[in-house]
Amino acid sequence: MTEHVKYIEKTRAYYRNEGYTRDYAWASNETAALTPLPKPLKDCRLGLVSTASLVPLGEHGEDLETPRIMGSNKLEVFDLPTDWPAGRVRSASEDHDRFQSDMSDLGAYLPKDMLAQIAEEGLIGGFADTVWRILPNYSKRKITNVDAPEILARARAAGVDAMVLTPV
Amino acid sequence: MPTVVFSNALDITESAFTPRAFFTNYPLGNPIGRPGDRADQRAGLLAGLALLESVTKAGTVVHSDRVWTDSRDWMRLIFSAEQPFLSEEAEARRKVELGQA
Repeated sequence: MTEHVKYIEKTRAYYRNEGYTRDYAWASNETAALTPLPKPLKDCRLGLVSTASLVPLGEHGEDLETPRIMGSNKLEVFDLPTDWPAGRVRSASEDHDRFQSDMSDLGAYLPKDMLAQIAEEGLIGGFADTVWRILPNYSKRKITNVDAPEILARARAAGVDAMVLTPV
Repeated sequence: MPTVVFSNALDITESAFTPRAFFTNYPLGNPIGRPGDRADQRAGLLAGLALLESVTKAGTVVHSDRVWTDSRDWMRLIFSAEQPFLSEEAEARRKVELGQA
């Protein structure tokens, strides 16, 4: 067993100390469906989902969208072209360890360029033309009932065989 | 739809019980690999993708043996008074977004 941070315990203690009276209820499930790959990985087209509060940038580095940190109860699934230049997107995330990482290297948390590369190398069958962006949200119900079905529909429409989920 | 989750938070991922997950014990924000280190990112990505083929039981979490630093101080300091998770500015902004300001 790898030594690891007990985030659930740590965040509970931390926010109680900050004066919050209700503990956050982390997602807790006892089962999940294990859908097998329909064919070998080298023949599968992959899709990518990120919660890193990604903001596309214009030619002069300006935000093309208002940065969003937290999601609402509305549908919030945003496309980003897979070939969008890595230097023209930034993460507005506040959910990373800011003392260890500054999110300036997309490759650490959004492997879109490397997925495109290994598709070219033939290690996977392909990579969707779109990356799907969602926002962090304290509501599990909203993610499950609103955003997730929309991502599934878009992924199926894009001919995706399996999804890579990279939460931040 | 088959999925694989890349995680930096083992306990949260185990609680959520995902079909397949690849856990790398790096600070939050680095689920694929070390910033600026393409070889490490590639190793992490390929190891995680392999789970799409190899895992036969839902809830499987495979641990990477990659190590962030020899010092484990970052594990002790996260969510501590010494290193508040959010800056004061970010905390205030979040309260506004949540309607708790």
